[in-house]
Amino acid sequence: MNRLAPAKNEGFAGFVLWSVAAFIVAVFAWLMADILIHGAAQISWDFLSTAPEKAGRRGGILPILVSTLLIMGVCLLAALPIALGTAILLAEFTPEKSAFGRMVRRALDVLAGVPSIVFGLFGNAFFSVYLGLGFSILSGGLTLACMILPLLIRTLEAGLRANPARDRLAAAALGLSYGASLRHILLPGAAPALLAGLLLGGGRAIAETAALVYTSGYVDRMPGSLLDSGRALSVHIFDLSMNVPGGDQNAYASALVLIVLLFIVNVTTAGIVSRWRKTGLAI
Amino acid sequence: MSTVPPLTDFVSTKIAPAKKQPVGLIETKNLSLFYGLKQVLQSVCLPIEAGKITAIVGPSGCGKTSLISTLNRLTDLIPDCRISGRVLFEGSDIHAPEVDVIQLRRRIGMIFQNPAPFPFSIKKNICFPLREHGIKDRKEQTERLETVLRDVGLWDEVKDRLTQNALTLSGGQQQRLCIARALALKPQVLLMDEPCAALDPLSSAVVEDLIAALKEHYTIVIVTHNLAQAKRISDATAFFWSQNGMGRLIEQGGTKQVFEAPQNALTAAYISGVRG
Repeated sequence: MNRLAPAKNEGFAGFVLWSVAAFIVAVFAWLMADILIHGAAQISWDFLSTAPEKAGRRGGILPILVSTLLIMGVCLLAALPIALGTAILLAEFTPEKSAFGRMVRRALDVLAGVPSIVFGLFGNAFFSVYLGLGFSILSGGLTLACMILPLLIRTLEAGLRANPARDRLAAAALGLSYGASLRHILLPGAAPALLAGLLLGGGRAIAETAALVYTSGYVDRMPGSLLDSGRALSVHIFDLSMNVPGGDQNAYASALVLIVLLFIVNVTTAGIVSRWRKTGLAI
Repeated sequence: MSTVPPLTDFVSTKIAPAKKQPVGLIETKNLSLFYGLKQVLQSVCLPIEAGKITAIVGPSGCGKTSLISTLNRLTDLIPDCRISGRVLFEGSDIHAPEVDVIQLRRRIGMIFQNPAPFPFSIKKNICFPLREHGIKDRKEQTERLETVLRDVGLWDEVKDRLTQNALTLSGGQQQRLCIARALALKPQVLLMDEPCAALDPLSSAVVEDLIAALKEHYTIVIVTHNLAQAKRISDATAFFWSQNGMGRLIEQGGTKQVFEAPQNALTAAYISGVRG
């Protein structure tokens, strides 16, 4: 018998534990089933490959998919290098208890807890108005980058710190430069943490609505460039279900697409990072 | 061991040549070491002769590991670590500003108590440091890979699984891989910090035989708790003792002399098992 499984005679406590677990699974299953039942019928190649019509009641979501992917792309391209740099600075060049390190970490932890709508307002004021990017995919992506940076940095920093000291010593004793040990030993060692950060951050970003309403806007046309406004899937779902009477069916279908997208992102990230871990990052 | 070229082939010109004939290949002069305010080594003057195995023995906490970590400047990595006195390698101060620490560590290799192979393949463990040191030629890499793995007696055990993760090897094999990895860079000196302490008796015996065999081509400094091992394999022995929390060199000399006719009462007591 599995020694982790509760014994049959645990009585009330066992019953409560199992009930809680069953409840959580049931809620998740209900949510997925609801979206599948209401959304699956609408999904077709046409839905994925045409533009929305009648404010989204009819037609598909192609421009919205494209905008979503562009916003995510901008977000990750902007966030990853900054997160890597900051995490390396914090984990490798800042003593854990130094005033500077503590200050940066405290600031990041506070930022990680800031509601996304505040990031939206900041993004609007800074990227859209002050930098003059307007309502655009660029503004939206950069705002999301700010939003997920604290999470990415903290997970990456933890991952780098978790590298065993003996690997650093062994690398130094072989006369390896810091850059070489970082590329081949320390960063691959932090890969699982990078994966966790990307999944959490990417998941948060792809499902984000509030921060995007103020920055990348509502326009559901196909974006011509990164400076065009573009509607993200989550904004589309919000708009269809709240502002468009008769938009519920397509809202469900869009939600299903969003979940599948999230799933694909998870699986590919996991694949890439596990490959990276095996072979080392070859630069 | 005939595959290893003679010592003179390894001498690079990156470190300034000797100004006068040194007593040893490596020599510490009044070397003191501090971690923050705490002094852990006091005025150590220790010559290490070329082509010999020098054993460093003494009880725990007497600064043995700290001492050998200064010889390849690995102590640079420890924050708050400060040294006074000098460490000469071929007569030149290794802390001089013009010394390239990467070249220094290439010439003075180090093996740790716990085997520390990198978490990738056996082959990459050896070839990646070579690449980083500018040996890009695949053919030469492969040759050195086979040579050093044969030198440490690992070739027949791993030749069919060179692409396997090095962490899947047994502890003794991992330690021999680490020695091979250090040898691949053709160092002059090998520093070994209790290389057998974390191994089972059988692996320990294999690694010990290997160390004895390496003496022919390398200068070896080995820290060991195991007095019997020091007696078996070393040519010279340096005995350290902790006084007021500070490590001091009590006695040094030929292994036979230190073990059979120690000059200092502390050495005699430690070696006979009365103290320590």
